[in-house]
Amino acid sequence: MKHRISVTLNGQQREDEVEPRLLLVHYLRDVAGLTGTHVGCDTSQCGACTVHQDGKAVKSCTVFAVQADGHEVKTIEGMAAHDGALHPIQQAFWDEHGLQCGYCTPGFIMAAAYLLEQNPNPTDDEIRKGLEGNLCRCTGYVNIVKSVSAAAKAMAGTAAQPAHTAPVAGE
Amino acid sequence: MAITTMVGARIHRREDPRLVRGLGRYADDFVRPHTAYLAVVRSPHAHARIRSIDLTEAKKAPGVVTILTAADFKKVISGAMPVAPAFVPEKKTVPDRFPIAESEVAYQGEPVAVVVADTKYHAADAAELVLVDWDPLPAVIDLEKALEAASPRAHEDLPDNIGWDTTFSPDAEAAFAAAEVVVKQRILQQRLAPTPMEPRGVLADWNGADQAMTMWLSSQNPHFIRLFIGGAMGIPETRFRVISPDVGGGFGSKISPYPEDYLVPAASKLLGRPVKWIETRTENLQNATHGRGQIFDVEIAGNRDGQLLGLKVTQYLDLGAYCGTFGAFQACACLLPGAYIWKQVASRTVGVLTNKVPTDPYRGAGRPEATHLIERILDRFCDEIGRDPAEVRRKNFIKEFPHTSPFGLVYDSGNYDGSLTRALELAGYDQFKRDQEAARARGRYLGVGISTWLEICGFGPSAATAPATGGLALTESAHVRVFPTGSVNVYVGTHSHGQGHDTTFPQIVADALGVPYDMIELRHGDTAEGPSFGYGTYGSRSLAVGGMAVLKAAHKVRDKARKIAAHMFEAAEEDVVFDQGQFYVKGSPENRKAFGEVAFAAYGAGLPESIELGLEAVAYFDPPNFVWPFGAHICMVEVDPETGGVEMLKYVAVDDCGNVINPMIVEGQIHGGIVQGIAQALFEEVVYSEDGTLRTGTLLDYSVPTANEIPPLTLDRTITPTPTNELGVKGIGEAGTIAASAAVINAICDALAPLGIHHVDMPASPDRLWKQIQEAKA
Repeated sequence: MKHRISVTLNGQQREDEVEPRLLLVHYLRDVAGLTGTHVGCDTSQCGACTVHQDGKAVKSCTVFAVQADGHEVKTIEGMAAHDGALHPIQQAFWDEHGLQCGYCTPGFIMAAAYLLEQNPNPTDDEIRKGLEGNLCRCTGYVNIVKSVSAAAKAMAGTAAQPAHTAPVAGE
Repeated sequence: MAITTMVGARIHRREDPRLVRGLGRYADDFVRPHTAYLAVVRSPHAHARIRSIDLTEAKKAPGVVTILTAADFKKVISGAMPVAPAFVPEKKTVPDRFPIAESEVAYQGEPVAVVVADTKYHAADAAELVLVDWDPLPAVIDLEKALEAASPRAHEDLPDNIGWDTTFSPDAEAAFAAAEVVVKQRILQQRLAPTPMEPRGVLADWNGADQAMTMWLSSQNPHFIRLFIGGAMGIPETRFRVISPDVGGGFGSKISPYPEDYLVPAASKLLGRPVKWIETRTENLQNATHGRGQIFDVEIAGNRDGQLLGLKVTQYLDLGAYCGTFGAFQACACLLPGAYIWKQVASRTVGVLTNKVPTDPYRGAGRPEATHLIERILDRFCDEIGRDPAEVRRKNFIKEFPHTSPFGLVYDSGNYDGSLTRALELAGYDQFKRDQEAARARGRYLGVGISTWLEICGFGPSAATAPATGGLALTESAHVRVFPTGSVNVYVGTHSHGQGHDTTFPQIVADALGVPYDMIELRHGDTAEGPSFGYGTYGSRSLAVGGMAVLKAAHKVRDKARKIAAHMFEAAEEDVVFDQGQFYVKGSPENRKAFGEVAFAAYGAGLPESIELGLEAVAYFDPPNFVWPFGAHICMVEVDPETGGVEMLKYVAVDDCGNVINPMIVEGQIHGGIVQGIAQALFEEVVYSEDGTLRTGTLLDYSVPTANEIPPLTLDRTITPTPTNELGVKGIGEAGTIAASAAVINAICDALAPLGIHHVDMPASPDRLWKQIQEAKA
């Protein structure tokens, strides 16, 4: 039997009929068509599916869509501004080469956003600890930690704006 | 030569803005109308006969479209899955493999039926209802037991479990007879799961009207997949399109064709509608090929002054239930001499069939194993003669290049002493040795480990690789297409799944043509575009082989443009100068034609008959030799004797991959590589129970490290260009993984040396170390 749910998704309210067993991540990807949230495991270890529910980071593979009924959900697609300007965390991942294959990246960005809300000025150790629910197989985490640290500074308004396409000769 | 502006620059990646927004396009992100979803029914047994399959209940389940077994698939798939012959073994038993088992299964997870339903939930539900009547057979899991004459066979009809037994160079007796010291050590390489964050996935859409297949999948080499799957299904390249756009990591596990790569398009053809299958993580850990899984018996011979003389190595390689398509590339003999001079090196490799999922290349494929054993046995030798590992390495380094190894391979260029010296400085080696002494006096166990790694990559000269691959050349291709306004598309046969080719290859073209970087777009991962064949990305080959194909195609375009410019200037071609994207006639640099103007003329009226219209070129590059990156990694640890825990104090890596196109990307590759090597040294291991049940089937049990377990890394580099290619580049994709495990384990062994512990196997988990420490103390 299907249930009617009402979810505020990236600021827009929508209503859908869903099976009670439908996972939130499948609701986001297959029903709402937001494929930026990824599935990397079946057991809530990898964090690729991390989204925000009512402002808190949750692993959407471990939440049923019906549990999001009446709640606000924010996905990676809701992070950049409407004019396309990147969120400072997205910008920092770009600047610091915090991603390679990009599959874990949306989950890391969502987890980092929640981490920085809880702790706007984390040490590198606090970043590492704060992101232990997310796995990356490409970067060795070095540049992810740098990205989150840079994002924290940018969000505190202290970082200089980087330029991207301007080539830098040599190093 | 033009002044380089883009090559060598730290350009930010152009693929990132969409990836950080969640707008990547991975296999599961593609949707086709009227798609059906496929679930695979797999064997729960490591070895069993299939008596019968009862589909009655499953067929009644909601949403089921069809259920297919081997008999159905035999109508649309012919032949056996491919196995590269590799290295012409003395004896070889290669069990035929069809993508789905008909009468016998040989590993846990082998497909026996597929359910196709209207949703993925319904497909998974119905798969649970398929009843297979199994007749379990004895399974052979242990590599050494598999070699015993009385062992059960991995397949019922095999004469024994020996896939191959090849001796590359039998004789090191003279070197051993002359030696003052001989040290023996058995060294284990545990099985590893490559674990890309995106599991595998396939969407196939058979168009009956056109008799054409389109397939989206997560692959490192879409052209290979088209060749193999199209061949098995009798569909020519012209009507078989493979699209592999964004791929969430591969690490070698997305090279070979898999059963599902056949079953999904075959199901689509049988049903006449799109079919999608997305692997779960448990399926990935169980069914994606594993890496390593080897036992080495190693003997080293040398003199008390540190002089190395001889090396003997026997490798026993766990093939799993079938020979992986490129499984034999793990036979690592050719890299055994490492960075050192020997009188003689003897090596033998034995491939052993077991009832486990096949092994195949995983980041480094043979080279991490070779490096680990040589760097490990070298430290055992240093232990024995009481000399410093840095000093002994220095004494035996190859110093003159080109150098011909005992296997006849030619090392291109190197400065092994240079990278070691820099790494020792950065690590503060001498000070650490003093600190270690003081700490030991206080009962603390500090250790330092060195790994002066060497890699063979850039596969590969076709003359060398064709015999190993069954005729595949492993060359690389590129198509550079200049449009009338001067914008440029570059199509390549390599594939980027995190390596940043979208950025680095246009950097090369920008310099070669003098066209603004922003006007150049790279395209890859779609067999309907670009050159007719490419070999894909693995073995750190993309830049040294694919990058050279790009450069070669760009040069062809530049030469054609010069002809056109000569016509425009009404000058002789040899008098036309090309300088950073502009042409002029010698002596008149003030009168210039920009590359874009020439491009426009290439498509316009008025060219003489001798100049064909258009400005585009295809090039294939077959490298004259391999390339040989190298470097020195140093790891410092403290081991807690009470818990067996290892704390990583410092990790320094000084690597040399020749010229660098984009240092930011090179550093990223090294970071990731090192962490996979550390993960093997300390954390990861695929474990099967004695009956062949996988015990590490989730990320709870298979311990991929988190950010919390990884120390900060200190990187530096030396630059020794290769003479093998015009760019002077080597490869860096696997370097970190090749180097790291030996550095970590050598550090742990150094720390525990006062307890009389001389060797530690991987993963050096706290329980394993604690037991070894307790035994040593007893």
